[in-house]
Amino acid sequence: MNKYMERIYNGIIKENPTFIMMLGMCPTLAVTTSGNNGLYMGLTTTAVLAASNFLIAALRKAIPDKVRIPAYIVVIASLVTIVQLLLEAYLPIVNELLGIYIPLIVVNCIIMARAEAYAAKSSVGLSLLDGIGMGLGFTIALTIIGSFREILGAGTIFGFKITPASFEPVTMFILAPGALLAMALLTAVQNKLKLPSATNGSGGSNIGCSGDCAHCGGSTSAENRELISSREKGTAQEDTTAKTASDKENNK
Amino acid sequence: MKELIMIIVGSALVNNVVLSQFLGLCPFLGVSKRTNTAAGMGAAVIFVITVASALCSIIYEQILVRFGMGYLQTIVFILVIACLVQFVELILKKYSRSLYNALGVYLPLITTNCAVLGVALINITKEYGLLPSVINGFGTATGFTIAIIIMAGIRERIEFNDVPKAFQGSPIVLVTASLMAIAFFGFAGLSL
Repeated sequence: MNKYMERIYNGIIKENPTFIMMLGMCPTLAVTTSGNNGLYMGLTTTAVLAASNFLIAALRKAIPDKVRIPAYIVVIASLVTIVQLLLEAYLPIVNELLGIYIPLIVVNCIIMARAEAYAAKSSVGLSLLDGIGMGLGFTIALTIIGSFREILGAGTIFGFKITPASFEPVTMFILAPGALLAMALLTAVQNKLKLPSATNGSGGSNIGCSGDCAHCGGSTSAENRELISSREKGTAQEDTTAKTASDKENNK
Repeated sequence: MKELIMIIVGSALVNNVVLSQFLGLCPFLGVSKRTNTAAGMGAAVIFVITVASALCSIIYEQILVRFGMGYLQTIVFILVIACLVQFVELILKKYSRSLYNALGVYLPLITTNCAVLGVALINITKEYGLLPSVINGFGTATGFTIAIIIMAGIRERIEFNDVPKAFQGSPIVLVTASLMAIAFFGFAGLSL
């Protein structure tokens, strides 16, 4: 396998953004009410991801290191706007189905994560393929989750009836609670079979804040808070004396 | 007045931002381990979303629409939100240390919170003016705070429970969120 095919394999199987890295959970849960929706959302994201990886890799020497995050945001937001206008013009039905979740691709952390972790330090060709691979991995995952929910919740797949007439669809699965339940089942199965996944800490990731929102536990902010409060203690002596006084009162 | 109250109830409970629209899911799952952390995050989100809705609404109506550049909304909004968060952080740091200690550490996390951008875009789609936008932003953020505090309360209790091994960690949190979503689904019965 050459290094170009390796990027595609890496995106679809080894570091699948949904199943393994657990990135971009908001669109994953929100739009997977049917296989079709998952497929459309996945392909739209793939287009943005491939183009943003390509552009950011091409501009990686021109963008100063200090302002790289705002620069990436502008690149990604412009691409999302272009894709949204194209969808409005040529595929209005997709635009209607996905609605507000298309402009929200801007804040999809997969795109930022790939820009920061890969495109910012790799060649143009490899970055483009990395974007396509990651996008396809996302598309496949969304289509699988969408189909799962559609079969259980409506008894259809891609709009075709497949279950026998005696099967009563569990409507909850295509509503909001079903999305969370489907995700809970997926992560429980991953835990049970000890599959690699960010949710049980074995996904392995190398980006700044580890990009692993579901597993972060806000520990970064909790630590920051403790740091600040310990620094405060040094400067504000009267605060601590007041505190010990109130503690003594409590003890009484 | 009646309309504004309906917007608040609708955005906080009926269309809860986390549990029925899945915006801001990362902090909802991530920062909900302890109740006081969750409350801090909620307060910061209320503050930022309310100010961001007002600012985005003014910019959209007074600049983008006037000069026929409505299609630039996504780019402009995300930049406005990112700058606003930095700006608020600086102001708090300079003028109110206590407020900064309470909210400041959550502010950088909020830039990537899709609920902020989501609310600004929903305000445009629903063609709200300035006041309804602010009210909608406040209601949505209140809904987020309600959901994250309830979640943190439940998670503090779950720690003492005997959870099956495969369900420990994320799965049980997602199951809890799913049950909460079912409960919030009941608000859809409110005839507004």
